Amino acid sequence: MPPMPTHPAPLLEARGITVRRPGRGRRAAPVTAVDGCSFTVRAGETLALVGASGSGKSSTAEAVLMLRRPDSGSVLFEGRDITDLSAEGMRALRPAMQPVFQDPFGALSPRMRVRDAIAEPIKVHKRWDPETGPDEVDSLLGRVGLAPELGGALPSDLSGGQCQRVGIARALALRPRLLVLDEPVSALDPSVRAGVVNLLTRLQEEQGLGYLFISHDFALVRRIAHRVAVLDAGRIVEEGPTAEVCRDPGHYRTRELLAASGLLAQRAGTAGAADAAGAADGALRGAR
Amino acid sequence: MNGSPVLSVRDLAVTLPGRNGPVHAVRGLSFDVGPGEALAVVGESGAGKSVTARTVLGMAPFGARISGSATVGGQEVVGASAAGLRALRGRRATLIPQDALAVLSPVHTVGAQIAAALRSVRRTGRAQARREAVAALGRVGIPDPERAARRYPHEFSGGMRQRAVIAMATAGEPDLVFADEPTTALDPVTREHVLDLLQEMRERTGAALVLITHDPAGAGARTDRMLVMYAGRHVESGPSAEVLGAPRAPYTAGLLASLPERAPSATGPLPVIPGAPPVPGRPPAGCAFEPRCPLASDPCRSDPPDPAPVPGARDRLVSCHRRADVPEPPSALFADAAPGREPAGA
Ligand code: SF4
Repeated sequence: MPPMPTHPAPLLEARGITVRRPGRGRRAAPVTAVDGCSFTVRAGETLALVGASGSGKSSTAEAVLMLRRPDSGSVLFEGRDITDLSAEGMRALRPAMQPVFQDPFGALSPRMRVRDAIAEPIKVHKRWDPETGPDEVDSLLGRVGLAPELGGALPSDLSGGQCQRVGIARALALRPRLLVLDEPVSALDPSVRAGVVNLLTRLQEEQGLGYLFISHDFALVRRIAHRVAVLDAGRIVEEGPTAEVCRDPGHYRTRELLAASGLLAQRAGTAGAADAAGAADGALRGAR
Repeated sequence: MNGSPVLSVRDLAVTLPGRNGPVHAVRGLSFDVGPGEALAVVGESGAGKSVTARTVLGMAPFGARISGSATVGGQEVVGASAAGLRALRGRRATLIPQDALAVLSPVHTVGAQIAAALRSVRRTGRAQARREAVAALGRVGIPDPERAARRYPHEFSGGMRQRAVIAMATAGEPDLVFADEPTTALDPVTREHVLDLLQEMRERTGAALVLITHDPAGAGARTDRMLVMYAGRHVESGPSAEVLGAPRAPYTAGLLASLPERAPSATGPLPVIPGAPPVPGRPPAGCAFEPRCPLASDPCRSDPPDPAPVPGARDRLVSCHRRADVPEPPSALFADAAPGREPAGA
């Protein structure tokens, strides 16, 4: 993890964002997926949003990327309110805030060679220069640790880790200032996951990128994030510097997540329901 | 191991048809599971762990060529008739899928679904199947099973649904249960919960468990023994605590060191195994891990290593030509992954 930057301006700021989704079933009431969340991400900094499945992590990511407009609250990028930006305004802003998704294969078109896949976003945003473009693609390949020969490969020739590196190269192609990383390594095998984690750390160090890092895995977050916000049922239940939150978790959800990642030896919280008791017992036995 | 094994796999090889020719998914694999024992089968994508489980359950992918032997409760699976395999599944051995929502139908009551599962594995009257379904729900710790059986899956909490799935898979009281973890990591809280439920199920029914997983952490603490696979072959096996505590094969050492919760240092880059797993269908002539192995030497390139006992350790096998040269701690093999040396293409 690069050292925490001293005092740059916030790159991203979420102010009380709320996202509602239609409920399951025909007459079901809408579900509040994100419930008044506020947080900031600074340049060179990683904020991790941590929570179990269904806690609202991915909805939060969609909202800050304006892939789904929040129902209330606002999102500021470099101090500017982007909540009500026109489609055209948003298009101009997209390159600066790029997503990296969980499924590395699903994000790539199966017939497109690696080199073309990396060039594609540059072309879509009309920044392609036939003179310098190919060199730019080569340098992106190098920056994400892919051998130049892999430029001609198809996604089906690549491992999961290599695909995710292509995904990261595509995101970097537009010279973003913020990456929104939605579980970027949780679909990868453990032995290749570490390499992608190291790559993300190095890129941040080199380029001062801000990361909003969505994850359910505290073991990973502890290594990669400067600050952490724990989500439960759409709300941030605990927030702080990662080391402090890991050392002295205040909320039972935080303890539960820490325990499940093997980072907490004590029994997690007071358990009420049978399910919670099961999880807490697991924490005890799962402690390594 | 007490008593004769409930599962005995000998020199199993499974070859699958692939787009670019045959894929040698499992090669010369042997292992046993004792009565009531829990074995974790650890491996990454392409290691052959799921193919092994499916083959043993008589559910090998279409077009698979199988050789060697796998016996469940003394009954041979390889070459068995469809009817023989049906008789085996659900009664002697069963598979627990881990995605509760994908296997439960929303339009039938939980009790009806378990009763139907039971009737599919053995001849039982409706009323009898119904009674057994209630008993199965009780066995997995669902309170008031009589009432629960009349409810629909959406009326259950997530945890209760997982219990119901386990009840459904184990209604026929099998001696051997396979649990195959999804490739995409479950969130850790859910995963712990599922592992707890499996443990409980084992304590209640005495069934043996084979837990198929790509993540050794966590699985190790809940299992008696562990089998690590790579590219379809045995890498290392033994008591889980010993394999996790003192891995003896370079691959296991690298895999464990790369886990963020086990990394030797709290900061700096994680140790990384260089390179990528071999392309399925093109296994190297020698040890499959050779292109990525810091200890690789000449014999590794020509001969695949066979499982051999670890001197001074009971019930431990390691497949590595240089098992005597693995340093202490074994993670030191991969510790020098400095940022500048980050291996390309992993
Ligand atoms: S047999 Fe050789 S290549 Fe394979 S793990 Fe052992 S030392 Fe490495």
